[in-house]
Amino acid sequence: MEKHKDEKMLSRFKYSADEVIEKPFNWKQMLRLFSYMKPYRKGLLPLSILMVLLNTSVKLIIPILIGVYTLDIALENKDGQLLAILVSVIAALYILSYVANYFRIKWMNILGQSVIYDLRKHLFTHVQTLSHRFFDQRSAGSILVRIMNDINSLQELFTNGVINLLMDMILLVGIFIILFTLSPSLTLAIMVILPIMFFISTSLRRKIRRSWQVVRLKQSKLNSHLNESIQGIRITQAFTQERENMIYFDGVNTENYESWRIASQKNAMFRPLVELTNALGSAVLIWFGAYLIQGNEISIGVFVSFAFYLGMFWEPISRLGMVYNQLLMGMASSERIFEFLDEKPNVAENKNAVQLNDIRGNIEFENVKFAYDDRRPALKGINLEMRAGQTVALVGHTGSGKTTIANLISRFYDPTEGIVRIDGHDLKEVTLSSLRKQISIVLQDTFIFSGTIKENIRFGRPDATDEEVMNAAKAVGADSFIGNLPKGYETEVEERGSILSVGERQLLSFARALLADPRILILDEATASIDTETEMKIQEALRTLLNGRTAIIIAHRLSTIREADHIFVLDHGTIMEQGNHHQLMDQEGEYYSLVKAQYSMLNAV
Amino acid sequence: METFKKLKMYYWPYKHYFIWSIGFLIIVTAITVVYPMILQITIDEVVVNGQYNWIPPLALGFIGIMVIKGIASFIYQYTGDLFGITSVYKLRNALYEKLQFLPFRYYDNAKTGDLMSRLTADVEGFRFFLSVGFSELIRFVLLIGISFAVMFYYSMSLTIVTLITLPFLAVVTFKFDKAVHPAFRNIRKSFGRLNTKVQENISGINTVKSLSREDFEINKFNDTNGDYKDKYLQTSYIWAKYFPLMEFLGNISVVFLLSYGGYLVISGELMPGELVAFYSLLWYIMWPIMNLGFVVNLFSQAKASGERLLEILDAENEIVNGPAPISKERLNGDVEFRNVTLRYTENAKEALSKISFTACQGKMIGLIGSTGSGKTSITQLMTRFYEPETGEILIDGIHINEYDLSSLRSSIGFVLQESFLFSSSIKANISYGKPDAAMEEIIDAAKRAQAHDFIMELPDGYETMLGERGMGLSGGQKQRIAIARAICADPSILILDDATSAVDMETEYQIQKALKEVMKGRTTFIIAHRISSLKHADEILVLENGRIVERGIHDRLLSQNGPYQRIYDIQYQDLEKISKSHIS
Repeated sequence: MEKHKDEKMLSRFKYSADEVIEKPFNWKQMLRLFSYMKPYRKGLLPLSILMVLLNTSVKLIIPILIGVYTLDIALENKDGQLLAILVSVIAALYILSYVANYFRIKWMNILGQSVIYDLRKHLFTHVQTLSHRFFDQRSAGSILVRIMNDINSLQELFTNGVINLLMDMILLVGIFIILFTLSPSLTLAIMVILPIMFFISTSLRRKIRRSWQVVRLKQSKLNSHLNESIQGIRITQAFTQERENMIYFDGVNTENYESWRIASQKNAMFRPLVELTNALGSAVLIWFGAYLIQGNEISIGVFVSFAFYLGMFWEPISRLGMVYNQLLMGMASSERIFEFLDEKPNVAENKNAVQLNDIRGNIEFENVKFAYDDRRPALKGINLEMRAGQTVALVGHTGSGKTTIANLISRFYDPTEGIVRIDGHDLKEVTLSSLRKQISIVLQDTFIFSGTIKENIRFGRPDATDEEVMNAAKAVGADSFIGNLPKGYETEVEERGSILSVGERQLLSFARALLADPRILILDEATASIDTETEMKIQEALRTLLNGRTAIIIAHRLSTIREADHIFVLDHGTIMEQGNHHQLMDQEGEYYSLVKAQYSMLNAV
Repeated sequence: METFKKLKMYYWPYKHYFIWSIGFLIIVTAITVVYPMILQITIDEVVVNGQYNWIPPLALGFIGIMVIKGIASFIYQYTGDLFGITSVYKLRNALYEKLQFLPFRYYDNAKTGDLMSRLTADVEGFRFFLSVGFSELIRFVLLIGISFAVMFYYSMSLTIVTLITLPFLAVVTFKFDKAVHPAFRNIRKSFGRLNTKVQENISGINTVKSLSREDFEINKFNDTNGDYKDKYLQTSYIWAKYFPLMEFLGNISVVFLLSYGGYLVISGELMPGELVAFYSLLWYIMWPIMNLGFVVNLFSQAKASGERLLEILDAENEIVNGPAPISKERLNGDVEFRNVTLRYTENAKEALSKISFTACQGKMIGLIGSTGSGKTSITQLMTRFYEPETGEILIDGIHINEYDLSSLRSSIGFVLQESFLFSSSIKANISYGKPDAAMEEIIDAAKRAQAHDFIMELPDGYETMLGERGMGLSGGQKQRIAIARAICADPSILILDDATSAVDMETEYQIQKALKEVMKGRTTFIIAHRISSLKHADEILVLENGRIVERGIHDRLLSQNGPYQRIYDIQYQDLEKISKSHIS
């Protein structure tokens, strides 16, 4: 029984896990990715390449100078003067390499970071243009990962990868040519290790990479759970599930441990195998090389040069393997990035969209239908009119379509059918920014950006003066609590911070909306989670806010609704009733029963 | 060192891995130095002196030694890794256990992000040090020591001339490390800012779009994005400044080696093979020195990580079982508060001040008052989530400190203000407090919480996954599942902390009706803003600034002209009028 329970505990939480998949190499995508280097093709790119070439040449020349010239000629002939010249040349080459290296590192980093900067900017800017539907379908976390982590994983590729690729190719070919000129037969003999090296660098490395991928997956599962268990700790303790969760955690922890162990095991094989291969090459060199020296076919200097070059062989091959790895990972990341970049805004701006000048605020829905997805129709043919300056309330159960109507007025979505008009303009014919600048929405959960109180209010209109900000705060009655904060308007606040209460946040968002001075104001459940006394204070602020604009109020509370000029009662995407409070009460219909429900709750339970 | 001593219990049980690792490391390092020596023998003995018959044993011996080295370095690395990951496995379990039991007070002051970074980055830093750091230090000493010895053996004067740049290299390395770490920190900070910026933008995208502030946001983003680029480039400039210099200093040594070594060979004091061997040995000294900063830094980072982990492990859990805890299968649910005063932190003002009341089994207590008045605090004292400063709390006549903590808490069902649900199926979420609950019990609990109907409308019903990869539920739906979760645990005392704020009126009405039956036999505490939610309480406590300012039943409170009546008036004045004209 106990054991059965443990097993149950081991699977009590479920976290998303990406599969370890390897896709065929996508050349088109790579070209697209590399096209971000295009702006630098006339400056940084060729300069960096030049530095790389200089550096590589020095690397290639030095062993010959030391082996063939110094050992064979200068030392063999005991020529002190030649030795001095050679040493000077080598020293000069080293200085050249020093300078080239300095600029190589500098320019390659500038190039790489510029590309990363451009790419991230492009992605962020693009995401800003996308519509609500895009954000509905994804968690904030998954979008964040694209913009931050996926782009960062391309960093190495662009700073070092691409150029190293070039350097290593040159290095390999260069070494091969030099060796071949020095001694074709010895070169061929040593080349036996080449296939082994390539095998290790590709196949074994792939296996190692896969096992590290498994480790990453396990680790991310472990971290997901840790994160959740901290956030839900109060629930866990309230329900005394600490012991049970420990069983689960031990399971995840063990999985993680096992995956590490396997990856470590594979990983630990890598270096020894590489070194063994190198040793094999060295043995061939010693054996066959000595034999050639004996036959006077090569000199000691050539032999030594071979030893040096042999030592240099592994580095480029290993790095090529690494760049290949980076490329594969980069491809995976860029695929996800391009997926976002290819996303078109659902609410696209019409090509000949016109500026919507100062509106009066007449809103009209003509036979509007809308569905968030194919399965659930949200609005089933709505016809309504809201007059400029009116306060209109939308009433109905959760899912009746109240918020949808508000979303269509701001054109966060386009109706599936029918037309939404403001002052007679079809919303599809006007520019988004000119429309939205004249509409403000106050949501139930006010979003506080990290920054000062002042900056948060000013978010409504970035060019507002300090005085305007304060006036707006005063008008909605927010200045009294702001005055009590340690630094007043300069107090730093943040999204998860506890400095502000729900009511205070709400007042801030009112001030924000007032500062934006919209012609149309939408309040979506703006007062739902506020205690009654705070609500009283906010009611005052609301009156200031609503004054002189078209206001659409979505609310559960009757006290907010009954003062509206016009009330629409919605149910399952259709308008059931409309009229003002008294008219609707007299009708004794849906609205009447909603009111009655509230009343009867007082008695019935 | 103190830090490592305190953490010893997590890694020292696995010392055998460590000892094996070090043992094989010594073999690996010793063999590494053999390669240049073999090269030297080949050149000097075989070629120069013509001993060509040495070749086969030399080549085969070389391979043989390298095979040994291969095996040794595999064992060295693998056991080193095992040392790290096994220790960290144990450490993680210990951390998790600690976190499970730390009191609410701890979490009030802790930030999830900070805790997470300790649990991930610091644990990883510690593992890396255990796996790599220790042995890297030993390797450093060994490699340099042996290489020096061999070089001295070949030629004392050449060693000195060649390594004359070494002090300079050490200084440059040291300066480089000094410069590069703050720079890396700046990158991390800047990345953190960029991350926050983007996260805020996405979380607040509705606000951004509804105020049409995309361009403003893009500009702000460009600033932070540019800052990140700058910080990164600043670091790479440090690299560009020092790295070629370090390499250059090494190369200078080569130049010295060739000049003086060449002279020695010409004058016959040195064999050419020895010169070649010197060339290789030189780098065995140069590379570790260039890496020294990295190793030292590893050590200091591991120390810092260890300290941060110890802060969690050593955090005090003041709320623990008494000496002889009483375990009861089921409590009756008689709750009594006697002069209870609570402060959240020592110098804070009183969150609760001299609270006294009695709630008998099966009674319903309503708590009302504005935000911060102390309603939630009262309920959280009963479960010992916090401990009062003075006063006592009794359940069934026994001081709650005498109960076994888990038996106490499992008798009290909580619906907390924030309806947190776990990444699991709806079924598992409802049965969270009672994992072996039968399906009928789960469905029954859901029905009572008015959650069954909407659950059945979901594509996978009770198997629907919630959380990060699951369905997004509305606030009201989450609250109803949270209520079902509390009902399913079948507690003697039920606490509903603003549990229905996000459901619409009619649903709340349904929940209230259903709860009425659930409450039978249970003591219930209801915290609410809406009068309608607690009107029928057997006693209503009206709180203001941590004090009970009014108490009594609804009807009596309505005639007292106090805060309760004021709240009522705000909420129901209209309704009274309406009811007069329309309903009656």
